[in-house]
Amino acid sequence: MSIDTETAARVAKLARIKVEEEALPALAAEFNTILGFIEELNEVDVDGVEPMTSVTPMRLKRRVDEVTDGNQQDKILANAPDAREGFFAVPKVVE
Amino acid sequence: MSDLNKLTIAQGRDKLRAGEITSVELTQACLTEIEGAGALNAFVHNTPEIALEQAKAADQRIKAGEAPDMCGIPLGIKDLFCTKAVPSQAASAILEGFKPEYESTITQQLWDAGSVMLGKLNMDEFAMGSSNETSTYGNAINPWRRGNDAAALTPGGSSGGSAAAVAADLCLAATGTDTGGSIRQPAAFTGITGIKPTYGRCSRWGVVAFASSLDQAGPMTKDVRDAAIMLEAMCGHDAKDSTSVDLAVPNFEAALTGDIRGKKIGIPKEYRMDGMPTEIAKLWDDGAEMLRDAGAEVVDISLPHTKYALPAYYVIAPAEASSNLARYDGVRFGHRAKLAQGDGITEMYEKTRAEGFGPEVQRRIMVGTYVLSAGFYDAYYNRARRVRTLIKKDFEDVFAAGVDAILTPATPSSAFGLGEMKDADPVKMYLNDVFTVTVNLAGLPGIAVPTGTDKQGLPLGLQLIGRPWEEGELLNTAYVLEQSAGFVAKPAKWW
Repeated sequence: MSIDTETAARVAKLARIKVEEEALPALAAEFNTILGFIEELNEVDVDGVEPMTSVTPMRLKRRVDEVTDGNQQDKILANAPDAREGFFAVPKVVE
Repeated sequence: MSDLNKLTIAQGRDKLRAGEITSVELTQACLTEIEGAGALNAFVHNTPEIALEQAKAADQRIKAGEAPDMCGIPLGIKDLFCTKAVPSQAASAILEGFKPEYESTITQQLWDAGSVMLGKLNMDEFAMGSSNETSTYGNAINPWRRGNDAAALTPGGSSGGSAAAVAADLCLAATGTDTGGSIRQPAAFTGITGIKPTYGRCSRWGVVAFASSLDQAGPMTKDVRDAAIMLEAMCGHDAKDSTSVDLAVPNFEAALTGDIRGKKIGIPKEYRMDGMPTEIAKLWDDGAEMLRDAGAEVVDISLPHTKYALPAYYVIAPAEASSNLARYDGVRFGHRAKLAQGDGITEMYEKTRAEGFGPEVQRRIMVGTYVLSAGFYDAYYNRARRVRTLIKKDFEDVFAAGVDAILTPATPSSAFGLGEMKDADPVKMYLNDVFTVTVNLAGLPGIAVPTGTDKQGLPLGLQLIGRPWEEGELLNTAYVLEQSAGFVAKPAKWW
């Protein structure tokens, strides 16, 4: 299946990466190269094969559902590009 | 005593314990060496104050007796590891200025064992690359050259800075991480040893995530003994990583007996690729011969789905990356784009990510987004996960048939020139991982050991793949290979 510039633009939008209009044809071409390579997987007979969910046959450990951490607002905000009054600040989201 | 930076971990440990040297002297020797090695661009954030403080503390501990093996040993840390109050950028512009408020479990374990942090090491951006050319810090340079040719070669990737630093004796050892070959390929390109342990052996907590079901950290060292010593200090169960295994960590160094008599070593026929350079083929045959001479039984085996490992990897890894890297949105940490009048939050995300991520990272995020998108999820992502099940089964079958370890080349070539792959399509670069990526998909331990050089004088490595959780046995087989090959060449100093 071949990817056109429209699909490339849609994928970029989904990935929240701004791609300039003029860069779309090259991006679509790269996708096609990579997807062409991935198409080889269609040769494999996967009937009745379960998709892998865990590479080690182990059950994820569980723990008691209780608070083990917290009260470190300053540390959490320390690396924010814009933090105000104890919050992350972002451009206006709702009109 | 001069050239302390050239010591191995084992030599350093023994000299420290014997009181022949101090950790401060050892650390100072490395710091001096790092200062003079700017041309390699291996260290990208230096932490001399932390190093000397840790070294002083280590000296006191050693004096008091009962210091762990890694106590007082100066290390380089791949930039992918979060280190408290020290820049940790995963070699990406999007994490410019990020200083974690916490320490990764692995580095914490190393500091608890008394090791010394010299600084952070160059790598491919978010560990995506095989040549260290996608780094925001610029290329790391291989200390090895083709004879008298001054052309700069890649140290491999993604742990290229780690490989260059260890090969050039800027540190005694370094941490690396491996998602598709990122410890083993650079180790092979620089003539050092690198082991990726079984998935779950090392905690991933605090290591910037690329593809969570494939990522594992491991040591990059000057020899196999050092790999055993350092791996032991890095392993262990961690409640903060739900995929970390709750198994006792054996004494890996004690496993290095040099006795592999009766062990069965498999040679997978699918790894003998068309057009394999004769030097690589010979290296591989010679390695098999060495193990046979040491008393192992060498058998031909088949791993029929090998051919599909790379395509499966290039679905699964980007898919996981697209999800993991969604967190870089300009809100909580790192770079945020300057916004134009009227820009809303979506523009902020899109501009921030376009400015902060390099081309290869953008490409992989978008490929991952595509294979996970509605309508393609089954055709690509689920199919790749099914193929992954088959790849793992290939290995399970040969282990069930009595094979103890598998011997393969580590890389399809020796180190190539920086910029040589510039005009090649991305798939060409991906082929670097052809021998290593199966191991990540199957969650197995794999080790690269230098065993020879090519006609240009560049190091070449072999890979051994072991049974899950049998790193001790794997290291022992690697030790035999190392002893038989007797690889001692070092790059001539030009930097």
